[in-house]
Amino acid sequence: MPFVRWLRRNLVVIAGLVTLGYLLLPNVIVTVFSFNKPKGRFNYEWQQFSLDAWTNPCGVADMCGSLSLSLQIALWATIGATVLGTMIAFALVRYRFRARGAVNSLIFLPMAMPEVVMAASLLTLFLNMGAQLGFWTILIAHIMFCLSFVVTAVKARVMSMDPRLEQAAQDLYAGPVQTFVRVTLPIAAPGIAAGALLAFALSFDDFIITNFNAGSTVTFPMFVWGSAQRGTPVQINVIGTAMFIVAVLLVLAAMLVGKRKNKAV
Amino acid sequence: MTTVTDTPAAPAAETARPPRKRGRLVPYWLLLPGLLWLVVFFALPMVYQASTSIQTGSLEDGFKVTWHFATYWDALGDYWPQFLRSVLYAGAATILCLALGYPLAYLIAFRAGRWRNVVLILVIAPFFTSFLIRTLAWKTILSDSGPVVSTLNTLHILDVTSWIGMTDGNRVLATPLAVICGLTYNFLPFMILPLYTSLERIDGRLHEAAGDLYATPATTFRKVTFPLSMPGVVSGTLLTFIPAAGDYVNADLLGSTDTRMVGNVIQTQFLRILDYPTAAALSFILMAAILIMVTVYIRRSGTEDLV
Repeated sequence: MPFVRWLRRNLVVIAGLVTLGYLLLPNVIVTVFSFNKPKGRFNYEWQQFSLDAWTNPCGVADMCGSLSLSLQIALWATIGATVLGTMIAFALVRYRFRARGAVNSLIFLPMAMPEVVMAASLLTLFLNMGAQLGFWTILIAHIMFCLSFVVTAVKARVMSMDPRLEQAAQDLYAGPVQTFVRVTLPIAAPGIAAGALLAFALSFDDFIITNFNAGSTVTFPMFVWGSAQRGTPVQINVIGTAMFIVAVLLVLAAMLVGKRKNKAV
Repeated sequence: MTTVTDTPAAPAAETARPPRKRGRLVPYWLLLPGLLWLVVFFALPMVYQASTSIQTGSLEDGFKVTWHFATYWDALGDYWPQFLRSVLYAGAATILCLALGYPLAYLIAFRAGRWRNVVLILVIAPFFTSFLIRTLAWKTILSDSGPVVSTLNTLHILDVTSWIGMTDGNRVLATPLAVICGLTYNFLPFMILPLYTSLERIDGRLHEAAGDLYATPATTFRKVTFPLSMPGVVSGTLLTFIPAAGDYVNADLLGSTDTRMVGNVIQTQFLRILDYPTAAALSFILMAAILIMVTVYIRRSGTEDLV
């Protein structure tokens, strides 16, 4: 039975593709339903093809405002977490010092903690301090939980770096600053970029921690959450589709740049 | 004073030598801002939460620390079903993630060839689309009149799942199955990526060697591939189980009041009922339970060097 033999040989591929289908099915649905013209307030059932939402993506009150707020927070959180995280990663890989183990655990813990626990504890801190919940508390929280992921990403890259390259630079009379800017940083850049990209995605998409610490400020995920109760506008699917396309293009571009760089080295 | 150039030319040891003596304070300056952030906004809040959990009072009169540990017992007594549900749902989702994610990770690592990057992008890209929007899409996929539910119905699968209490009659939405399906979906990439990383590291020659020694593909997988992918399995299961156990989004969007998890309770207590001591106690119990389970699991799996 050639078919059975073919099936057995490609079982892994078939199972893998089924999983890929499972992963992408919601994205397909989101895209398809961005062309829907729903009857009621909820966009869960297919009614009629329409381009209304695509021609008027910001036609829903407050949605694009929340979107731009989320983008701003994600941008600042990425900058903050990337700078702080890269510094920590370099310290951890390049230096031996006391309390290194303790620092490592402190970095690891936020990633191993359920988000709801961190969210709730941060809220108790803000309540006790009497802080005004809003933009700043969200930003503080986002930098906090993105930090560990940046450290991990940068650490992986710096660890696989050959220290002899820097020694060579110094042998050629490069000062510490020159060595760092011209040798260390370019080699570490892909790790830093990966960390930054991860931080951006995590911050932009975060709901649980934001939900606890936002007060009455509404980020995009919180807008989506609210709309799930009140009625989901089609425009949400438009944004979801656009984000998926942008993400694919971004990752593709990053991979192409990386390939060219690798060839050059 | 030693300078850079006259340090003895030692062979590049695998442990990086501390460079100049002068720079002894450098690591501390590098660490300071980031660690300060983590201490003030991660560690300190835990202390505040601990103190909140032993307070009594009300929102109007204010809360005071009264060392009222009974809050913990009351919380456990009142909400143990939600705790149990969290562990069961998250456990089921983790097992499903492993079963679904392993073939895909294997496919990317060994069989995708020049499609590898494309498949990887398709796994990562959903990360950048709002997970809430995608979770809401499951409402459409699993809707009562949709093709998925009617197919499951014709195949009599829903009869079986209803019998074990996973679904309710011929509905999937608002049942445990829907919540587990959403959890599995949401955390699947967190399983695939570590699995892929550890599979990719495996030396292909080991497979050839196993084949040369007359191992069947199944034996090769059981004796070579799977054991070598253990670090990925361990970190993947942790990365799916921990967030899944604390999640309240899936249970809220795809479930019903009968599928509430401990995350839902913490959220309601904190943000709606404003019973801070109970909420704090609940989240501490959740944290402790997860820490204990994770420690035992890591010990058992023998990959302590992983973390």
